[in-house]
Amino acid sequence: MPQVFHRSFNTLSRASVFGSLFILGFVAWAVNVFVNSSYATNQGVVREQPVPFSHEHHVTGLGIDCRYCHDAAEKSAQAGMPPTKTCMNCHQQIWTGSATLAPVRASFQTDQSLAWTRVHRLADFAYFNHSAHVNKGFGCSTCHGEVQKMPLAWQHGTLLMNWCLDCHRQPERFVRPRDEVYNMDWHPPADQEQQGRELVRKNGIRSLMNCSTCHH
Amino acid sequence: MSTGAPHWRDVASKDDAERLRALAETEFPGGVEASPIDRRRFLALAGASLGLAGLSGCMRAPAEKIVPFVHPVEGRVPGKPLYYATSMTLAGSATGLLVESYEGRPIKVEGNPAHPSSLGATDVFAQASVLGLYDPDRSKTVTYLGRPRIMGDLAGPLREALATAKHGKGLRILTETVGSPSLIRQRGELLERYPEARWHSYEPAMSGAASAGARMVFDQSVRTHYDLSKADVLVALDADFLGSGPGHLRYAHDFAARRREPLTAERMNRLYAVEPTPTITGARADHRLPVLARDVIHVARALANALGIGKWTDAPPDAATASFVQALADDLRSRRPGTTLVVAGDNQPAALAALVQAINRHLGNFGGTVLHTGVSEAPEDAGLSSLVELASDMREGRVTTLVNLSGNPVYTAPADLGFADAMKRVPLCVHLGLYQDETADYCQWHIPEAHYLEAWGDARGHDGTASIAQPLIAPLYAGKSALEVVGMLSGEPGRSGYEMVRETWQAHGSKQAGGFETWWRRTLHEGVIAGSASPTIEPRWRDDWQARAGLNGAAPARNAGPLEIVFRPDPTVFDGRFANNGWLQELPKPLTKLTWENVALISPATAQALGIKAATEGPHAGSHGEAIAPVVELTYGGQTLRAPAWVFPGQADGSIAVHLGYGRTRAGTLGSNIGFDANRLRASAAPHFGPGLDIRTTTTTTTLACTQLHQSMVDRQPVRTADLATFLKEPRFAQESAHTEGGDRRHPLTLYPDDHPMKGPQWGMVVDLNACTGCGACVVACQAENNISVVGKEQVARGREMHWMRIDRYFSGDSANPTAHVQPVMCMHCENAPCELVCPVEATTHSPDGLNEMTYNRCVGTRYCSNNCPYKVRRFNFLAFADYATASLKLLRNPDVTVRSRGVMEKCTYCVQRIREAEIDANNRKRPLRDGDVITACQAVCPTRAIVFGDIHDANSQVAKLRESQRNYGLLEELNTRPRTTYLASVRNPNPRLETR
Amino acid sequence: MSAEVHAETPPVRTPAGSPVLAPGHDFATVTDKISALVLTRPTSRGWWIGFSLSFALVMLLLYTIAYLLTTGVGIWGINVPVGWGFAIVNFVWWIGIGHAGTLISAILLLLHQQWRTSINRFAEAMTLFAVACAGLFPLLHMGRPWYFYWLAPYPNSMQLWPQFRSPLVWDVFAVSTYLLVSLMFWYVGLVPDMATLRDRSTSRLGRVVYGILAMGWRGSARHWYRYESAYGLLAGLAAPLVVSVHTVVSFDFAVSVLPGWHSTVFPPYFVAGAIYSGFAMVLTLVIPIRAIYGLEDFITSRHLQNMAKVLLATGLIVAYGYLMEAFGAFYSGNPYERYLQVNRMIGPYAPMYWSLLVCNVLGPQLLWFRAFRTNPVLLFLVSLVVNVGMWLERYVIVVVSLHRDFLPSSWGMYSGTVWDWAMFAGTIGLFLSLVFLFLRFLPVISIFEMRTLLPEAKVKEEHG
Repeated sequence: MPQVFHRSFNTLSRASVFGSLFILGFVAWAVNVFVNSSYATNQGVVREQPVPFSHEHHVTGLGIDCRYCHDAAEKSAQAGMPPTKTCMNCHQQIWTGSATLAPVRASFQTDQSLAWTRVHRLADFAYFNHSAHVNKGFGCSTCHGEVQKMPLAWQHGTLLMNWCLDCHRQPERFVRPRDEVYNMDWHPPADQEQQGRELVRKNGIRSLMNCSTCHH
Repeated sequence: MSTGAPHWRDVASKDDAERLRALAETEFPGGVEASPIDRRRFLALAGASLGLAGLSGCMRAPAEKIVPFVHPVEGRVPGKPLYYATSMTLAGSATGLLVESYEGRPIKVEGNPAHPSSLGATDVFAQASVLGLYDPDRSKTVTYLGRPRIMGDLAGPLREALATAKHGKGLRILTETVGSPSLIRQRGELLERYPEARWHSYEPAMSGAASAGARMVFDQSVRTHYDLSKADVLVALDADFLGSGPGHLRYAHDFAARRREPLTAERMNRLYAVEPTPTITGARADHRLPVLARDVIHVARALANALGIGKWTDAPPDAATASFVQALADDLRSRRPGTTLVVAGDNQPAALAALVQAINRHLGNFGGTVLHTGVSEAPEDAGLSSLVELASDMREGRVTTLVNLSGNPVYTAPADLGFADAMKRVPLCVHLGLYQDETADYCQWHIPEAHYLEAWGDARGHDGTASIAQPLIAPLYAGKSALEVVGMLSGEPGRSGYEMVRETWQAHGSKQAGGFETWWRRTLHEGVIAGSASPTIEPRWRDDWQARAGLNGAAPARNAGPLEIVFRPDPTVFDGRFANNGWLQELPKPLTKLTWENVALISPATAQALGIKAATEGPHAGSHGEAIAPVVELTYGGQTLRAPAWVFPGQADGSIAVHLGYGRTRAGTLGSNIGFDANRLRASAAPHFGPGLDIRTTTTTTTLACTQLHQSMVDRQPVRTADLATFLKEPRFAQESAHTEGGDRRHPLTLYPDDHPMKGPQWGMVVDLNACTGCGACVVACQAENNISVVGKEQVARGREMHWMRIDRYFSGDSANPTAHVQPVMCMHCENAPCELVCPVEATTHSPDGLNEMTYNRCVGTRYCSNNCPYKVRRFNFLAFADYATASLKLLRNPDVTVRSRGVMEKCTYCVQRIREAEIDANNRKRPLRDGDVITACQAVCPTRAIVFGDIHDANSQVAKLRESQRNYGLLEELNTRPRTTYLASVRNPNPRLETR
Repeated sequence: MSAEVHAETPPVRTPAGSPVLAPGHDFATVTDKISALVLTRPTSRGWWIGFSLSFALVMLLLYTIAYLLTTGVGIWGINVPVGWGFAIVNFVWWIGIGHAGTLISAILLLLHQQWRTSINRFAEAMTLFAVACAGLFPLLHMGRPWYFYWLAPYPNSMQLWPQFRSPLVWDVFAVSTYLLVSLMFWYVGLVPDMATLRDRSTSRLGRVVYGILAMGWRGSARHWYRYESAYGLLAGLAAPLVVSVHTVVSFDFAVSVLPGWHSTVFPPYFVAGAIYSGFAMVLTLVIPIRAIYGLEDFITSRHLQNMAKVLLATGLIVAYGYLMEAFGAFYSGNPYERYLQVNRMIGPYAPMYWSLLVCNVLGPQLLWFRAFRTNPVLLFLVSLVVNVGMWLERYVIVVVSLHRDFLPSSWGMYSGTVWDWAMFAGTIGLFLSLVFLFLRFLPVISIFEMRTLLPEAKVKEEHG
């Protein structure tokens, strides 16, 4: 009776047994890569803005404190976006003619708000409170990165749940002295671990890992 | 002691054979078919949910915009809500409110603690009013003959009409009860300008009997209100002062204050109720006597006789009544003057009000529990007569211009007035209303009314305390307030409500320290005008009061005549004005637990005599709350309509009660064409009750959505009660009940040492069943606070209502006149929560501060937790119940609470968003949490302070103290769930002279 | 162990009486007859009708699932308090049916029961199909089925694991393991016959397809040796699963606090019930097939009788289970347990309770009579009754326990909607379609194992 299969099929079939394992492994790896990719998380994606506002210029260049614009950070869940008035406080005097600032002036004159593009979008079912973190000694740069070096703002972290949990698990690794919170150039000292534990105790920081801390 | 009393079988559970047959016939008819409208909504939801299903898979979030203000807003901190004081007026009486506004959107109503009629509490109507504000069905534009117009178009015709009419002859204004000083001032100005014009007022659900009765016995017009805190014995003669009417929140508070901890024989008051149909007040009563509405006055006469006031030679009442009256009279007589209180119902004739004044006077209650004030600037409520007059004038063509200021007379007017037809004879009809309702249909012109949260105004509370009503938001649809429309009539179209209100108070305010502006700002902030309560007076008593009240001579023989019909405002939609409010429609009626419907209440005996069957548990798919009720034909005053019959224990024999507010045709998408319109049976002669009802059974049945069909506790004791004597003998009766031989907090069943470290606050709640009246305000408050969906009648009938808390109602004792028990049930936050260990994905977990957390975004919807919850307090989004489509409702959402999507479990969270907020605030202020920092929504709204929440590990917290109370027990403790929510057993205070039921 | 099996091959006529293989067969006839079903015999009109009917039901199933996914589980009758309805009832029912296969193949193989050979292939196939149907329900009954994978332990960005205390997670493992093992068991058993089909099939396509499936089986001694050991190992592996799967399924209920669920009797009584329903289903399918395809020679009266006996035995265990449940309820003195039992007996669902007792307790008692064991028609009827009874049992356990639990205030009623029934009918359709395909394209009876029953087999053994 004629053979239906060439003998090479034997090798092939043996190989396929192991091959399947590799394929499965690859798929798992690929999924993991995608989930953490900036495509999925928007991490590091620079956002176009109606006015090319440069944190680099205003923070590093002019040394303006975060709270000058984001004035609610210590009081409220939201840090707050500055009203056009805040921009005009200075720009009524300087750069009054600049074309890039035209939208700002227009907004101020027509009383039409500027529509900025949100850079950090948290899921609707996750509740983050700026004041809770700021007042306990967690600096802006811990989550927002080196904003003072961003010409246009981008999202520093992945905003994935594990990104939050890393800090919630071991706050001592990230906490800093209360007066360093707005220091964008702060870097953890060599003995952060031990200093951190000290601060955790002093500021009464709890490692909150239960769901309703953020989800309600 | 009802725990001992034999629990009679449910009305629903009929003879088994029949049930089995019904079951066998239609075991699986199946089908989720709903009415066309519902199906359309259903499909819409399906679409939305499909979209969501898609979204949930995709990871990329769409780019969002942040739109900051151009100019900073004073006092605004982004992400922080602001509270403004205002007040809501219902039937002419105001409740002071503090309204939470988030980014300029009013989202939650709380009571104003400074307001005497509220003391921080609100009723269901105030809670739900914020939904009314965002109701998508509100009328959005001025219309002429149904076509859109602008306000200016109306000015012309109006000016014309007013010009032609000499001194305003033929100009008529129709309003509901007017309580607003400003509106009353405007009214004066208007009538000054048009002396021939007439101002009519009509309050569908009120009769004005109280003031009419007062006019009979005093030589001046007086308002009467009560001080229940002083009352040891209270008698309600068809009066539901705990559940409705001006000041009921305050009355409920003062009543319950005498029944909360510490509970002693001295402090505990006693309540007698005489009523034709069960009310919240009757349900709380220690003794309740069901009598025909028309016999209430006879009971009062008998009582007066027994007290030696009148010397009537009435036919002696039946034995039961006689002994009741005698015991009552002796009880009253045995008390010190000024420590008793008799209250007459507003639905009763003025004569009763007059007689009750006499009884109170005899008992020396004037100035003690009964307080009289002058009528301030308000006109006396004319009752129905004013409307009758208007109707006849219209028929005779004496009316050329009719202005309806809010109110919906075409729907609410008694049928025999033929009000709608009469209106057709009026050349120019203008209607101001929140909706394009029935009356708008009969008016050429309709003006959208400004919701009370959109308009300036003022009002007076039950004791005359005035408050300013300030708007929380600019009118969404350019609505006008009654004040502004009247201003327009008096030829001042430009003037805003704001100016008018300020004008009204100019004189008063200027006298205050710091001048008007300072006073004005302070008043707006406080919400209450300090010292504006009407001073109490001592009106002179008329000796010919009996004659004036027509109480001379013997009364007609009692119980004569045929069936009697009793009309009552609906407990949740009132006179129909709230018919389109989903929260109120879905709120189970306090005692019947029916939703989305009104019925004819019939006593078991009468039903049997008439051959009317009790409703049976519907056999259809998922009929948790589906009741199949027989339809009967009610004929009264020549009018006939069909209504579902509801056999209800405690309803007086021979009396059939129907609720107003249903059967509306132009209420909106939710409120139209549900229930039957009882107004069609109402006669202007006897608008509240009357004999001569003819009732006929039909072969048809109808489906009702009832959230609790089983009325008895069977062999269990979810509610534990004792009477005072028993309680004093064995104070721990609730804890030593047969149920808890172990497993409860005091004898935990566990293999492990009970040494689990509990750092920080441990949250817990105590519900005092002796204070709770079962009014349901907490249920609506919870719904408002937590973005809880409305699911509609079909779904409620399937047992899918979403309320996080429910109020269970049980009956015990004699079915003709049972004892009612109410029990608010929400998530118990068990320390050994059965739901937690069965969830496969850890969507429900336990927090270190003792909360049973529900994480919606982790839930996959196996519903295992709900099955394993002994309290059945978990609610599941079987379909996409949350309304993602309607734009205006998005403004209503509480931003601190996730909106739950389809396929997700949800339940009471102890208002965790409030807890977290309070914790963070305390942290930011560098201070520990204090007792009272966290107030849950249900706790805040409760008029009787029945719900107490706090840290059970803080020995000084109120909740910790109550957990140590002798009356404290846990629901189903024997299951060793160790609930964090516990109850205080209810204690009744019956008169030993009367055998308890 | 292979050697022993063959060494101990009993004579065709066994002491039990009726033979496990009709006389007058040799290798050729056995192979011809069985392979003919697949290869030569033309597709009968009956097959087409049967298949298209059941396939129509599959379409209904697909439609229902589509509607379910777009609209939500609210299309079913479930509510609060009855959070689980048809979906779980059907799941347990199908899983139960899926038990016969492994039991017959694995346990009877290990017990050297010769009579299993002619029905094991079929029973295994049935097991797979039943488990496939069962598998649909736990997935689709979820509120958000697209997150089903959260029940599996895998590292993720939420840093969360499934909750290993939850019986539902145990289910995932139990059922998937069971499916996997039965699949392998079934397939390994098929390999030699695939080779037979490959060699006998006339079309090239047939040769290729069966050839791939045969995995190059040449029937050499070494192949046989490996085959036997693999098969034996799998049998050993599968045997405990017969017990484990339904035990775990019963935990879904036993672990809860609900009266009527919270019961220690559940695991054994669920397993017995499963085997009970499994055998009932085998009979329900085997009896007609045997008649239609004229396989009386291979599936003899002896087989039917043995299965009838198993049915009777397990039926008695199940009856004992019911008795203990009732006794426990009354003996416990627990008001809730007691009420539950009373409610079962006289409550709104009493008709279902009593009919389940009739079906599962009284029905099988007929099998005490030889007439019922030997008469295929009567046996068929009894098996049908048992199938219905077992479905009712699950309905009573799931629904009646839920609809009246602790607080009378939350008591309610439940019944399936058209969509519930559509799902149920749909899975039956799916099951039957698969059975029809199996009949058409694979040997219903293990050819080579049948051969081993022949007297020649012994001879062959010595030569080999």
